Amino acid sequence: MQHEGQVRLHPQKFVLWVAMGSIVMMFAGLTSAYIVKKSQANWLEFALPTVFWFSTITILFSSLTVHLALKAFKAREMKQYRLLITVTAALGLLFMALQIMGFSNLELRNIPLFGPKSNSATSFLGVITILHMAHVLGGVIAILIVFLRAYNSKVKNYSSVGIEIISTYWHFVDILWIYLFIFFNWLR
Amino acid sequence: MSNEVVLDLHGSTSIAHDVHHGHDAHHEHHETFISKYVFSMDHKMIAKQFLITGMFWAVMGGLMSVLFRLQLGYPDSTFPWLEDILGKWAKGGHISAEAYYALVTTHGTVLVFFVLTAGLSGTFANFLIPLQVGARDMASPMMNMLSFWFFFLAGIVMLSSIFVETGPFSGGWTAYPPLSALGSASPGSKTGMDLWIVSMALFVVSSLLGGLNYIATVLNMRTKGMSMTRLPLTIWALFFTAVLGVLSFPVLFSGFILLIFDRNFGTSFYLSDIFVNGVGALPNEGGSAILYQHLFWFLGHPEVYIILLPAMGMVSEILSTNARKPIFGYMAMIGSMFAIAILAFLVWAHHMFVTGLNPFLGSIFVLLTLLIAVPSAIKVFNWLTTLWRGNIRFTPAMMFAIGFVSLFISGGLTGIWLGNSALDIHLHDTYFVIAHFHIVMGVASMFGMFAGIYHWFPKMYGRYLNNTLGYVHFWITITGAYLIFWPMHYEGLAGMPRRYYDYSIWESFKQFSDLNRFISTVAMIVFATQLLFLANFFYSIFKGRKLTTKNPWDSTTLEWTTPIKPGHGNWPGEIPEVYRWAYDYGKDGRDFISQTTPVGADESVH
Repeated sequence: MQHEGQVRLHPQKFVLWVAMGSIVMMFAGLTSAYIVKKSQANWLEFALPTVFWFSTITILFSSLTVHLALKAFKAREMKQYRLLITVTAALGLLFMALQIMGFSNLELRNIPLFGPKSNSATSFLGVITILHMAHVLGGVIAILIVFLRAYNSKVKNYSSVGIEIISTYWHFVDILWIYLFIFFNWLR
Repeated sequence: MSNEVVLDLHGSTSIAHDVHHGHDAHHEHHETFISKYVFSMDHKMIAKQFLITGMFWAVMGGLMSVLFRLQLGYPDSTFPWLEDILGKWAKGGHISAEAYYALVTTHGTVLVFFVLTAGLSGTFANFLIPLQVGARDMASPMMNMLSFWFFFLAGIVMLSSIFVETGPFSGGWTAYPPLSALGSASPGSKTGMDLWIVSMALFVVSSLLGGLNYIATVLNMRTKGMSMTRLPLTIWALFFTAVLGVLSFPVLFSGFILLIFDRNFGTSFYLSDIFVNGVGALPNEGGSAILYQHLFWFLGHPEVYIILLPAMGMVSEILSTNARKPIFGYMAMIGSMFAIAILAFLVWAHHMFVTGLNPFLGSIFVLLTLLIAVPSAIKVFNWLTTLWRGNIRFTPAMMFAIGFVSLFISGGLTGIWLGNSALDIHLHDTYFVIAHFHIVMGVASMFGMFAGIYHWFPKMYGRYLNNTLGYVHFWITITGAYLIFWPMHYEGLAGMPRRYYDYSIWESFKQFSDLNRFISTVAMIVFATQLLFLANFFYSIFKGRKLTTKNPWDSTTLEWTTPIKPGHGNWPGEIPEVYRWAYDYGKDGRDFISQTTPVGADESVH
């Protein structure tokens, strides 16, 4: 039962939380498939590319910038907000570039991710990481949309809901990568 | 607090405007044909789009079953007209084995996903959630529209797979590898499988968009006074359905992603040590087809309840309304639906008892599977006690609701057989399984859907369906359903395997040739009866008897407080406030009390 004055979660924010639960289920499905597969024969052990450490630092740092961007928006410091949100999107793209560097590093070490000579250990790494990158890309696109809207809008926009949703999602994608990073590094 | 207040709290201009879709009657905006009937954002129109698209797929899927039943019932006869409609798939009027498998596969996929998931919960979640919780529309009407169009697109892709040269996918609706992973495995595994997987991916996106919306609307958009325990059971059922979908479809999706990589990028998630005739030994090593089964059935089992729960919810509502009695055990109903939703995630391996599953693990899944009998039995007893000494009105909707209970009991009891891993060694992949799931999930949920259509048709179109045709539809369908599927139990117990093309060449199954012919004949009659229902449906949209009152069934719930033909926004003025639960029938000498009636001083407390 609701009472007057009780502040409920904004419906769109709520949708985001349910969607994040859904995304968690997808990665839970993939990582449990990984565990099942690992216990079976023909599993290749290999060292993760070092560049994944840098991508991890990058995405952690981008969480900080998106947090500061939200704070700047709420304080109506629009110049700083625009700078910080641009940096966040750029860090997102940098993260993806570093991940791809990691893939080519594996290829150089003659550990193919896909194709007939690949082992499912590396294929899993490839599929899961690419899927995660797709989610980072989704965040970058969302930032672009909110960013362009801030310029185009004829009326002044004081609602922080859009940027709040993006910031929550961005932290989520960050935490998701941390989970995957720990999973790939130490749970294997 | 009404939705408007919630939105104003966040006092926002641009974002809140997207959500603030309260188009009150006094500023009805201009609607073109495109925005009203095609790219509509009105949940009621989207519901009708889901329903009619679902009907199209039901006819397609039903027609496919008639075609393959023709093969099973008359394996030695030829039907020249089949060559006219199927071409090379029925050379000389005889359906080819390849076409038979394609028909069986597409029948399964279409009925499970397009008809009983999108057609059932897509229709009624969209239609009933905003109307019964007292909201002007869904949390995100835009996502809702996208949900339908993704479904529509999935349908187009699936439909196109029927027309490709190598035919649609033919490896069974579960799409187990290696048939689904290797293009060289069979003709249907080529382009047909590519289209199948694209179609299913689009369908998963549609389900997720819809499910997110349903959950957010139920939890966030209820009108003032509509606490969770005042919700009609339909809403609870649709809510649990959405939760199941949102948590299980992504896992299916991850299974599909791995499948796509195995098909197209040479990985070995599911493939190992395979030799294909004419191709040679494949390089894939170390994969496991069982892994796919785990991922598939982790969705596949909740999917059964995604199909069944909406039917259960609507049946509860319709039984109570037409028995003029409060639903028996309202909280027990919610509790048992909750239990079903939890257990749905813990029983998937009972589809895999004979895959070489560790028998100890199997015994745990037996226990969890049989536990589902407890909430199911609670629901059945509550439906029966709701009917007990009720002042029953046998409307067509009520007939179908009672039919649902009957089918759910009959099909549920054989579930107790199949849930035992020891019995499953004999029964697995026989007609016993076909009989079980068609009765308990397929036909029962179709009955729930029919009950819902007959009951809410007046709200959808402002007219009634023809009653006489409704009774004809009911009696032929329920008799036919039992005549089709009851004998299959005997065939299954005798060991007759499913998915075979021609049983007449097997000495042990020759005895069933007359029975198979009988089943096929009944199937055709029942299919024709569904066309009668469709005729009734479309005729009544335009020419049915008009509604003269807002509340034709003397019902308590909110949807019957809207105008006969509600506009976008549902209520012309304020959204009504709710003061009581949804089942005040026969209380204190009054036939029914609407949820919008304040609790009187002289009333006994519920």
